[in-house]
Amino acid sequence: MKDRSLVQIALYAAIFAVLGLLPRFDIPFAAGVPITAQSMGAMLAGVMLGAWRGALAMVLMLFVVALGAPILAGGRGGLGVFFGPSVGFMFGFIAAAFVAGWIMQALRKAPVFPAALVAAAVGGILVMYAFGIVGMALNAKLSLLDATKASLIFIPGDAIKAVLTALIAQTVARGLPEALLSRAR
Amino acid sequence: MISLHLPERTWLHGLPAGGKLLALALVSLAVAPFDSLPVMAGLLAGTLALYVSLGRAALRQIALVRPMWPVFAILFAFHAWNGDVAFGLAVLARLLAMVLLANAVTMTTRMDAMMDAVEPILSPLRLVGVSPRAVALAVAMMIRFVPLLFALWEALNESHRARSGRRGGWRLLAPFCIQTLRMSHHTAEALAARGGAPGGTHR
Repeated sequence: MKDRSLVQIALYAAIFAVLGLLPRFDIPFAAGVPITAQSMGAMLAGVMLGAWRGALAMVLMLFVVALGAPILAGGRGGLGVFFGPSVGFMFGFIAAAFVAGWIMQALRKAPVFPAALVAAAVGGILVMYAFGIVGMALNAKLSLLDATKASLIFIPGDAIKAVLTALIAQTVARGLPEALLSRAR
Repeated sequence: MISLHLPERTWLHGLPAGGKLLALALVSLAVAPFDSLPVMAGLLAGTLALYVSLGRAALRQIALVRPMWPVFAILFAFHAWNGDVAFGLAVLARLLAMVLLANAVTMTTRMDAMMDAVEPILSPLRLVGVSPRAVALAVAMMIRFVPLLFALWEALNESHRARSGRRGGWRLLAPFCIQTLRMSHHTAEALAARGGAPGGTHR
């Protein structure tokens, strides 16, 4: 299914972009917390595509960002983002999708919702913040503790996104099971 | 899709993309070991001088870093809290200068020129069975998908509003995903019907 994989990788890279460009993403009970829907793109790519394809979708997305497309949240893009303080999160997207996909594949026997929730939370929050915090500490010369504090405000929003990701995975598993490539034969 | 590219030609447009990328990489490596405020202020001043030389349209593009201000403010607050204001300023000057320099490369290089410049770097992928042309195809597909997905989201939003009178918001996510997946399925079939992705084996 090489063609299909290639199309799906491009699709999830595009979904990532759309999530960042949606002007106001209505997540009701998160008012006041700065939210970009974008890290959900990494969770979705991993959970839906599995480890390798999910990671490749994020690599493709970053490649297109580097080529100059303003597809990151707030219309950011171009080579500049790779020199900014949140560069760790950029590479975190790849690792997040990989780990989320890997967990999803490891929990193949489990029901979709809890498996996807664990995958999205571990990959999209734990792994992503590990990369993001180290990146911020290195690039902005903060101590690890300070970088962690500076990142913590985003976590409530990301928890919501993990739940949404799991809900979507479950819906897709019901409505279009063959599209959940992380579980396909 | 909009791009960060500047339509007005400047002198920087004329330089080869590969050279600009290399220069950017070299500058980022050269300034990495320094933390002093005068060096970083000099770097920032040099960057701003570059923007001035590129003209008014380029100067307006400095606004592109606006979404980063909150992060910069938080970072500076932490450094100031630790009692190191000068160091904090140096860190901010470095980040700002490097982001602006990288944006200057992006602004003055067309996406296809950038793609051509990195193609030699992609060719080792052949060793693991990935054709650089498949990469180019994936990039093209992704860029094409973005406006399609927006149109799809709008269509779903419209019909939700027609039924309920309210915006769909997150409720649209599941139908949106299913419809996009269906669309991607058709794309894959169309691709296979046209001979498949370049360099691939069609299992």
